[in-house]
Amino acid sequence: MDFGLSEDQLLLKETIKRFLAEQCPTTRVRRIMEGEASLARELWTQLAELGVAGVVVPAAHGGLERELLDLALVAEELGYAAAPGPFLGNAMASVALVEGGDVSQAQRWLGPIASGEVVATVAWGEENGEWTPAALRSRVESGRLSGKKLLVPSAQISDVLVVAAQDAGGPALWVVERNAPGVEVAAMTVNDMTRPLDVVTFSDAPAAKLPNAAAVQRTWDAGLILLAADAYGGSLRCLEMASSYALTREQFGQVIGSFQAVKHQLANMAADLEPSLALVWYSAHAFDRIQDQSTRHAALVKAHMADLFDRVARDTTELHGGIGFTWEFDLHLWFRRALFDRSVLGEAIYHRARAADLAGW
Amino acid sequence: MDLSYSAEYEQFRAEVKQFLAANWTDEDRDSSPPPDGQAALMGAVIRTDDRATEFRVKAIERGYLYRHIPRAYGGGEQPYDPLKGVIIGEEFRLAKAPGEMVGQGASMLAPTLVEHGTEAQKQQFVRATLLGKLRWCQGYSEPGSGSDLASLRTRAELDGDFWVVNGQKIWTSNAVDSEWMFALVRTEPDAPKHDGISYLLIDMKTPGLDVRPLRQMTGEADFNEVFLDNVRVPKGNLVGPRGKGWVVSRSTLKHERALIGGSFITRRTFDGLTMVAQAAQLRGEPVMKNPVIRDRLIQLETRLLASEYNGHRLLTLQARGEEQGLAGMVMKLFTTQLSYDISKTAMDVLGDRGALGRGDFNTPDMGMFSYSYMWALGILIAGGTANIQRNIIAERGLGMPRDSKK
Repeated sequence: MDFGLSEDQLLLKETIKRFLAEQCPTTRVRRIMEGEASLARELWTQLAELGVAGVVVPAAHGGLERELLDLALVAEELGYAAAPGPFLGNAMASVALVEGGDVSQAQRWLGPIASGEVVATVAWGEENGEWTPAALRSRVESGRLSGKKLLVPSAQISDVLVVAAQDAGGPALWVVERNAPGVEVAAMTVNDMTRPLDVVTFSDAPAAKLPNAAAVQRTWDAGLILLAADAYGGSLRCLEMASSYALTREQFGQVIGSFQAVKHQLANMAADLEPSLALVWYSAHAFDRIQDQSTRHAALVKAHMADLFDRVARDTTELHGGIGFTWEFDLHLWFRRALFDRSVLGEAIYHRARAADLAGW
Repeated sequence: MDLSYSAEYEQFRAEVKQFLAANWTDEDRDSSPPPDGQAALMGAVIRTDDRATEFRVKAIERGYLYRHIPRAYGGGEQPYDPLKGVIIGEEFRLAKAPGEMVGQGASMLAPTLVEHGTEAQKQQFVRATLLGKLRWCQGYSEPGSGSDLASLRTRAELDGDFWVVNGQKIWTSNAVDSEWMFALVRTEPDAPKHDGISYLLIDMKTPGLDVRPLRQMTGEADFNEVFLDNVRVPKGNLVGPRGKGWVVSRSTLKHERALIGGSFITRRTFDGLTMVAQAAQLRGEPVMKNPVIRDRLIQLETRLLASEYNGHRLLTLQARGEEQGLAGMVMKLFTTQLSYDISKTAMDVLGDRGALGRGDFNTPDMGMFSYSYMWALGILIAGGTANIQRNIIAERGLGMPRDSKK
């Protein structure tokens, strides 16, 4: 009975944390956000060298061969640092290929993904806010995919897309190359400029099906848990920023952290946030080891952390007063990150309704 | 992360089961009256009859109860091992066997005496308290000293071999049934407030001591006021040095607290609520079909799961010998707020029948939810109000400056 992280997990988390603290300060985040593509590419290559692009990829393909919990720890650190890049889509695509692909698909894609040479993403959500696999309207017939996907993470810089769609057999996943005929990518205007979202339109694009259709639900679940972990990391950073500001900012002759109203605002954030870490860990662990609980926990934790990150980012901004509302101050990087985390892969109310259905209520 | 118990602990669990099977029969189990009050809330068996005492003595001998108390004073004296503590708690609860006594005597006074008491005090009080033969109430709060406990004004003056105590205590649970009270009293009126307090053991039968039940908002009287008018307490009943009562009252003796069991009641309330929501109808529709109710219930369940998993995390930190930090500090606020919110949603599930009280058969919960709604507020206040918890979290957990007027 040990509800905690292993030494390997702590080391991975610490390595990523240290790297991001040194190599990905907000000055670099901002340059990438404002469009320096070469810097973005360089950061992803560096992260891939640390194993970030292939955490769940088998060692035979050059990955770390770890579990989703390990991947969630990485996601937490990326959220903490407001790190830009294609992590979410790439991680989901790697889960999809590991769980759903056949030997040749794994052979073809997993090595280059783990090394960072190939960037992968997932194309999932559709118009009308639809993310539920069985309700998707993208269709595959005779190996040709047609449909329109919204909120596709980092499609512009991706080389390969894993697409959730349906054929006569129901929902499944297909691999489509970015440069294949019939694939069009257009940028969307986003709030979180560190993680671009695109519209991808497929018109009879050549698509290779992943044989294991169960990977659809697994991939969605994994994404939900990773977003929750990202939101935890972002929330923790907000709380630290709020606490440190409360200890330095002086008004009325004392630091504002002396005022009970400020103390209580901070305490409420900490009280909401701290127990949520265990929920994030458990959800990832359920994905790895207690799979009959995994889908429902993924829905719960995403809804919970998305709401919480939003609230913590909001309270942190309020607590900073005027400075928190400026572009120059970094806080909006996390406020905007929370807007991504709350929306992508489906909003909180939707996932809570799913969780209620899954409970058989 | 590994949520299973290792072979060593599974072996230990088997031993505990075997012990229970041999020493607490089905007949014993079925002869226990259903617990009420605080014991029912904790799922505890508080029997103190001869049969229960005989069993407790055996369980202590085996090292299953009072593991943090030395054998010389009636404890089980075992190396600190929170996982074993959890296993024992789980198995005893399943078998409905008498465990450690519920209440402030066994949980607070006994460890305090072991740490700070004289040899004579330990011999006189600890064993009898652990077996439920001596019952205690806690004389801390006063009408003018709630959150600011150290401002307490009940005073004790030395007169020969006796302390003469005058003042008033309030919110004293079980004062009516207790033989003894452990109290904080002011003995050094000129010292700074925390340094002027002493820890005193008072026999409830002493002349001048008057207990009056205090009726709370639920309509019952679970608390009391205790009036002390020239109550003479032998000098030897002082625990620890004069003026050090504040420190003595914060005994740090390591107890394997049942962290996992901590959310047990909240879980039971929540599960009861989902059952009622599925069974109850409002305006011809099952309440559970209402999307607002579904959304709220899922939010509550998620927080409940977070508190349960955080309990696992705290247990692991304890077992690894690491600091619990904020994860432990926030639990009172988090769980009491959650219990309150669960009861509040229960009131919405009941619709207009929230107006009905305990025992009314026109409401599907027989009025239990409005009763727990009131109690949930009581628990939010008891043992340090929510706002005091927030101060503690901000000051000790997040490093905010302490209020200078303390």
